[in-house]
Amino acid sequence: MTERILEVEGLSVDIPVPAGMLHPVQDLSFHVDRGETLAIVGESGCGKSLTSLALMDLLPSRATRRASKLALDGQDLTGLSERQMSDLRGNRMSMIFQEPMTSLNPAYTIGDQLIEALRRHRGVTVGEARDRAVWLLEKVGITAARERLRQYPHQLSGGLRQRVMIAMALMCGPDLIIADEPTTALDVTIQAQILHLLADLQREFRTGLILITHDLGVVARVADRVAVMYAGQFVEEGTALQIFQAPTHPYTQGLLNCIPVPGKTARGAHLGTIPGIVPSLVGRMPGCHFAERCRYVTDACRADAIALRDATEPGHRYRCVLSPEETAAHNQMETAQ
Amino acid sequence: MSGEAVIEVRDVTRTFMISSGFMKPKRPLHAVNGVNLRVERGEVMALVGESGCGKTTLARMMMGLLPPSQGTIELGGKPISTLDRMTVARTVQPIFQDPYSSLNPRKTIGSIITLPLRVQGDRDPATWEKRVHEIMELVGLPRRVFNNYPNQLSGGQRQRVAIARALINRPRMVICDEPTSALDVSVQSQILNLLQDLRAELGLTYLLISHNLAVVEHIATRVAVMYLGRIVEQTDTASLFESPRHPYSKALLSSVLTPDPTLGVPDTHLGASFPNPLEMPSGCTFHPRCPKAMPHCSQVAPRPIPAPGGHVECHLYDEGAPTYAQS
Amino acid sequence: MAVNDISPGAPDMEPSPRALLRRRVFHHAGLVIGASVLITIVLMALLAPYIAPHDPLDQVLDRRLIPPIWFDSDKATWTFPLGTDHFGRDYLSRLIWGARISLMIGVSAMLISGVIGTTIGVLAGYFGGRVDMVANFIITTRLSMPVVLVALAVVSMVGSSLTVVIWVLGLLIWDRFAVVMRSATMQVRNLDFVASAQALGCSTARIVLSEILPNVANHLIVVATIEMAHAILLEAALSFLGLGVQPPEPSWGLMISEAKGLMFFDAWLIAIPGTALFLLVLSINLLGDGLRDVTAPDGRN
Repeated sequence: MTERILEVEGLSVDIPVPAGMLHPVQDLSFHVDRGETLAIVGESGCGKSLTSLALMDLLPSRATRRASKLALDGQDLTGLSERQMSDLRGNRMSMIFQEPMTSLNPAYTIGDQLIEALRRHRGVTVGEARDRAVWLLEKVGITAARERLRQYPHQLSGGLRQRVMIAMALMCGPDLIIADEPTTALDVTIQAQILHLLADLQREFRTGLILITHDLGVVARVADRVAVMYAGQFVEEGTALQIFQAPTHPYTQGLLNCIPVPGKTARGAHLGTIPGIVPSLVGRMPGCHFAERCRYVTDACRADAIALRDATEPGHRYRCVLSPEETAAHNQMETAQ
Repeated sequence: MSGEAVIEVRDVTRTFMISSGFMKPKRPLHAVNGVNLRVERGEVMALVGESGCGKTTLARMMMGLLPPSQGTIELGGKPISTLDRMTVARTVQPIFQDPYSSLNPRKTIGSIITLPLRVQGDRDPATWEKRVHEIMELVGLPRRVFNNYPNQLSGGQRQRVAIARALINRPRMVICDEPTSALDVSVQSQILNLLQDLRAELGLTYLLISHNLAVVEHIATRVAVMYLGRIVEQTDTASLFESPRHPYSKALLSSVLTPDPTLGVPDTHLGASFPNPLEMPSGCTFHPRCPKAMPHCSQVAPRPIPAPGGHVECHLYDEGAPTYAQS
Repeated sequence: MAVNDISPGAPDMEPSPRALLRRRVFHHAGLVIGASVLITIVLMALLAPYIAPHDPLDQVLDRRLIPPIWFDSDKATWTFPLGTDHFGRDYLSRLIWGARISLMIGVSAMLISGVIGTTIGVLAGYFGGRVDMVANFIITTRLSMPVVLVALAVVSMVGSSLTVVIWVLGLLIWDRFAVVMRSATMQVRNLDFVASAQALGCSTARIVLSEILPNVANHLIVVATIEMAHAILLEAALSFLGLGVQPPEPSWGLMISEAKGLMFFDAWLIAIPGTALFLLVLSINLLGDGLRDVTAPDGRN
């Protein structure tokens, strides 16, 4: 009974810059099912935030978006006018940003903002909207919700503001939520609570969730499926189990070796590193984008564009010339060191 | 505790007067409230806690940038208030979280790294070049960035510049305030490796301020857990991670998200509300969020109880509680 | 300890900040236009003794009110391209010499007010607390005084001369410097590089001069251009009211003032110095806006 809520094929973003044409997002294809969490994970500058803005059609005006297919619950989004898109945003697809202070309007009470979010898209009375706002605020764990409606964003702590953001994203009962680093600005204790809440609500409302983050711990605990993004491309995608237990792309392996894991990494031992820096995405780059930083690079890597290929398990795909067995053997050597 | 103390914090309190509105009297905010901390030579002492718990204020006092309201801080056995600026600067140096704001954007890398030499009025400028090249090599910076500006460098390179600047005068102690949390995962591991290597090579002592407990577990030797201006538990890293005592330490540890897809998101049972530091809860300041709070927790502040490797401030471990307060 | 996050040759490929700045400067139309007009006026002022065709003070009554050469008149002559005024003085020469006075007043008043305002603003922003309170009081006091009225009163009491006008204006228009520098300093002051300079043992003077000032300099330049234009206009106004530069010195404000009686008969007498004043102020403002645009701190990449 899976139901495709979002289908994306061949999504690309181009931005003209003084040095040429920047290709921060290159030919992404993915889908999100109802009630499913897809995590897009990558380091800064890999294009993950622009991907989310491209889905919401909120790119900067000089950027152009191309996609052969972009459908929300079967409805094609590519040909929609700005007006039609803005009817969808906050209604059927909504977004949660990293810094709740800058995404809530400081001049209005949170009640005004929550109610406005619903009244703008649905013809409901103020009373009905307020009831739903109170119900949702209670859902996101805010006590004395009716009184909170009269407060301004600056009167709330960071954790509470992020809860309000989540409530606001849920006001219209969206099909899809895009959360861009929703917990990065929060303390670890609050982070756990917010993620818990997000997961619970998403299960309850059967919303699709795209979680954009750099934090592998968050990804592992929350995501059903994971796409690892590097330099504008997905380099590996699969279920969370596949990605974390059998990472196949050298970049994914490298990332996982970089982070200390209590109980696993020997205390004080050297952590893994990925040498080099992210390549410039101006102009077209032949071959593998990770070639400059990869330990196992060969001439074959630089010759042609590398396509995503199937790993050993179904649904697990990666973008590398090496076979899954070869990269797994490399990784074993690496972690043994 | 046998080693030589590099820095010792004794009963330090720092109070800020916060104006609570027009024409209203100012109210005291106890950012740091009666803290004792002893960092011994060669240790990596980690200070963990949520934002607003006072860890940054404590660190600023330990660098001599902020005088304590009460209590003393001793640097190598001498009170920091009696030492001159230059001596403190030669002994303790900071590394900040954000490598973008910690380097002056209008100065070249060379000028940033040599600033400590110029400030200290180093007698022998002829050796400067050699020392700068030495330190740049040590932190892994290529010589060619010497004349570059910070905005031409990547985040990791900038953090290396900040480390070079902190270390060129060979301080005994480095205070690292979230040294890697603004960096990407792959760069974070490089900087952590570098900090580890430098410690071994130069015999440094670190005070590591971090909210990333995985990082703390990896490089710290001792950990102090701070909550609302007090150190509620202090012990060696192994004990803390294997058997945390204070309920707050337990909550912190349980909120660490290890990359294990077989586990879900933990529930910390902490409640959302971080208390307002202007209105400190009575008794044990943690009691409103504590899952194990007892009736007397809201009335009597707990006293430090010796525990293996350090101390813990919690009535659960105090056999005398709550009677000692009445006696 | 490998050199890890550094790709070979990356910084070599990047243009130097100076080259980048040069590129931005030459691609900014407003900045280029403003700068060229201003440079022309400055050169004109500096070279006045060499390029002015006549003595600006030389009155010859039988050549009064010769119109500029674009007028279809028998009297118009290339000897006096912009004509002569009602005392028979060559208007072009007066305009050229007048540029000297306008610029001198603009630059000097800007420098005086800049030093006062920057000092007050930076100290207030850096130390905060009581210093800030005192500075705010001084700034508020200054803001509650109407500039033109106070200037008029002082000049009429002390008597007017170029020096008096410069000092009066300089002591009156520092408020914008103080306000802008105060808030800019407050922002920079909280950045970590200031804390790290403190931790290195730098003296306060060193921190203010070498860590703070270079990072607020772009705001300073913008305010300086605005205030320079401001001072030039105020001088023109004072001269127009007869309390600025005294005749027979050629100042643009004074030229407008002297021509006001003939405004309806020989409008060019007012139009020419008026246009000059307009061009000068416009070019200074264009330059200031342009400098603000090109010196804005680089993004994080």
